[in-house]
Amino acid sequence: MTNSATGPLLDVRDLTVTFTRRGGPDTRAVDGVSFQVSPGQTLGLVGESGSGKSVTSLAVMGLLPRRSVSVEGHVYFDGDDLLTLPRDRMRDIRGRDMAMVFQDPMTSLNPVVPIGVQVTEVFERHQDMTGEAARKAAAELLDRVGIPDPGRRLKEYPHQLSGGMRQRALIAMALACRPRVLIADEPTTALDVTIQAQILELLKDLVQDTGAALIMITHDLGVVAGLCDTVHVMYAGRVVESAGRRELFAEPRHPYTGGLLASVPRLDAPRGAPLQPIPGSPTDVLSWPDGCAFAPRCPNRIDACTGAPPPLEAIGGRTLRCVNPLPTAEEVPA
Amino acid sequence: MSLSQVEAATESDQLEPGGANLRRAAWRRLRRDPVALVGFALIAMFVLVAILAPLIAPYGPRDQPGAGLITPTTIPGPSAEHWFGLDEQGRDELSRIIYGARQSLLVGVVAMLLGMAGGLVLGMLAGAFGRWVDTVVMRIVDVMLSIPGLLMAIAIAAVLGQSLTSVMIAIAVINVPIFARLLRGQMLSQRESDYVLAARSLGVRHRSIVLSHVLPNSMSPVIVQATLTLATAIIEAAALSFLGLGGADPSVPEWGRMLASTQLYLASAPHLALFPGLAIVIAALGFTLVGERLREALDPKYRR
Amino acid sequence: MLKFVVRRLLLLGPILLGLSVLLFFWVRALPGGPAVALLGERATPESLARVEQLYGLDQPWYVQYSKFLTRAVQLDFGNSTQTNRPVTEEMARTFPATFELAVAALLLAVAVGIPLGYLAARHYGRWLDNLSVTGSLLGVAIPVFFLAYILKYVFAVRLGWFPTQGRQDPRMDADHPTGLYVLDGILTGNLEASWDAVMHLVLPAFALASIPLAIIVRITRASVLDVVHEDYVRTAEAKGLWERTITRRHVLRNALLPVVTVVGLQAGLLFSGAILTETVFAFDGVGRFVAEAISNRDYAVLQGFILVIAALYVLINLAVDVSYGLIDPRVRVK
Repeated sequence: MTNSATGPLLDVRDLTVTFTRRGGPDTRAVDGVSFQVSPGQTLGLVGESGSGKSVTSLAVMGLLPRRSVSVEGHVYFDGDDLLTLPRDRMRDIRGRDMAMVFQDPMTSLNPVVPIGVQVTEVFERHQDMTGEAARKAAAELLDRVGIPDPGRRLKEYPHQLSGGMRQRALIAMALACRPRVLIADEPTTALDVTIQAQILELLKDLVQDTGAALIMITHDLGVVAGLCDTVHVMYAGRVVESAGRRELFAEPRHPYTGGLLASVPRLDAPRGAPLQPIPGSPTDVLSWPDGCAFAPRCPNRIDACTGAPPPLEAIGGRTLRCVNPLPTAEEVPA
Repeated sequence: MSLSQVEAATESDQLEPGGANLRRAAWRRLRRDPVALVGFALIAMFVLVAILAPLIAPYGPRDQPGAGLITPTTIPGPSAEHWFGLDEQGRDELSRIIYGARQSLLVGVVAMLLGMAGGLVLGMLAGAFGRWVDTVVMRIVDVMLSIPGLLMAIAIAAVLGQSLTSVMIAIAVINVPIFARLLRGQMLSQRESDYVLAARSLGVRHRSIVLSHVLPNSMSPVIVQATLTLATAIIEAAALSFLGLGGADPSVPEWGRMLASTQLYLASAPHLALFPGLAIVIAALGFTLVGERLREALDPKYRR
Repeated sequence: MLKFVVRRLLLLGPILLGLSVLLFFWVRALPGGPAVALLGERATPESLARVEQLYGLDQPWYVQYSKFLTRAVQLDFGNSTQTNRPVTEEMARTFPATFELAVAALLLAVAVGIPLGYLAARHYGRWLDNLSVTGSLLGVAIPVFFLAYILKYVFAVRLGWFPTQGRQDPRMDADHPTGLYVLDGILTGNLEASWDAVMHLVLPAFALASIPLAIIVRITRASVLDVVHEDYVRTAEAKGLWERTITRRHVLRNALLPVVTVVGLQAGLLFSGAILTETVFAFDGVGRFVAEAISNRDYAVLQGFILVIAALYVLINLAVDVSYGLIDPRVRVK
């Protein structure tokens, strides 16, 4: 532990991921993303599909393929830059200090290996636990994530479990070594609505119990509202707005954030008020060097939006990448 | 929406993923693929040699220009006069190989077409009617597939007697169940696809759906299989002929029989095994390369 | 699981029955009719009359068929016109040689094909991959008997590394209690005889293995390429498992499922490939006997061998289906 308790546990700086293709143009999936998380804190990474949020998490975990992908920037964890760490050191960190829960529990578990083996292999790898001890620890773990009758479940195969149970099993595997950073990539998207809330509650409790830092990747602002301390909104590979949860929900400044909020059904909205979807689709983007990528869909667009990329600026406790932001409460004429 | 509009809509590209559009794109990819181009070149060479045999062969297939040069211990190998050497009866090996291409191409194409036709009829019956027709057809197919292909071809050729026609029929028959199963599987999966359900829900008649949508969209894998079948048919024909089940007239050159008759001279005249063998490989490889690359070009799963 | 096996066995019945019908009519379609076909063209009228009576050829076809079936079930296929001995006896004499050859070829194909296919996938797009893809295309395009000639000419005639033909040096003083010469040498303590038998096996086994090898390489490669992109492999990576564990437990265990099916199919086809290979190497097995039966119009032998080889083929496929059920838990439960 080289960092003091108050410093960030994970410090991502200027992370840039470029996919190179033979005979095609390079694609910049993540472009200069920076964020920090401290122990016990929950950070939300929000955006539509294609915004680069999942690629960001895979890059932090060192899970991107080595071929045809170039990752630049820094990912400081515990004083080390993970991007320059030898592969075997990174393997030691993955699953032990940093763990990840994936989106689709149907495909993220090995169909021909019993659940028990898939849990105990983490103990065997990182904690030198084998045989009966590992099995016992695995049973306790399943119990802790709310899987009933863990002894029997350990012997079963993924297809014998329901979707919610599988996601719990995946969470159990991620939490096996009490990681200090947990990344959850859309952990509830593939689940029934009723199960979603249970899984989120579970993640929240576990983070509180273990003091881990949680990075929650989602397109669902409802999830963010219930869970996250700070929120980073991503669009076309860049962070466009980041703020504390309260500030962001009370007063979105980036038109994209505003659009996301307006498209979520709210209890305090008048009955019958229509939801407002963001016009256009995430494929209508401008490339960042030519201006704001959101400009083609932006209701607040002005001439200054195009021509040069908008800078990321700190404004009153938040950072914002917009030349013509939404007005604050004081600015709005009553 | 009128019925004709429905038909027009179901024929558009968005609704039919496996249609002519995909085939056009596959064709474009194939034309830029060096491996496929090598395959096309081999096929072109094979076909041209077969068609032009009388024009390019230096001797007739039965001529014995080197009859005097053959002794029990020596069979002259390649020379300036006879590029591929002489065979054990003093015939020009190159000319025999060139004429042999005709038999090979003929047997391959006819056997493939007959087998495909038979298989498509059975497969279509099973796929279009379902229920007991399907069960009966598929049971027959299972029984046919339970005999290894070459063995079945041997049995059939034995019944039909020694002739080239027997060889073609024998090879055609062993390919029938392969095409039948392929087409049925394709039709079943197409039947469940969204555009067919859409057409059906809009009241398009069953026969019309099958003929105008399901069948054309099931054809891509059939085309691939047909190309690959040409390769296996050529090899199987050579195998039958090698085993003495080829055409009735032994003086007509067949690559398989040419290989078989060299068995005694392997040590002294290896060229007699080499050239017919290479000829079979070239013909079969051409169709294999094109077939495999076509499969990859048509099926997104193979594209990486 | 038991139910699964029983259901597969029940499917076997109709296939074997259909097969016997086919063969029954096949013999009747042979030139000269069944009696001539079974006794040869030079048969005396007395013996023809005896066979006609024995087979009940004057009776209606269903009586004939039931007689044929009874005899087939008792493995009674009459006498070989070549050797004048019962077909069953000839089968028992020649079968061990082919069994030995087929096992050697299959071992070779599996032992080389699976690692090669795996390595090709792992080096996707590089020279090893291109080499194996080209090799596997060539492998199916080369007729087995031509490859056998090449091997025989290069390694036996020219280089003299291996014997040109047969199963064992005839001057060798060896006992054959099982008919499997390699095993016999070990059993009788005559290792020299075993070694000699192995040397005789090498070239025919390579020739016979070419097609299964090509197909196993191709299927393994395609299957591994599919599996390495699966989500559960990414999960395993996220756990920080060693590459060894990921390969063995998560990649191969899934990737080999389709390979098992293919190996089974190819194992059944080895017997027909043996007809060609054994002819070239004068290897005294089932295949050579069948080839001789073809040129001698020995239909009794052909009939018996076709039925037995086909039954064997079906049984091997059944065994594969069952073992598939053992490895894939999803099949087992269904």
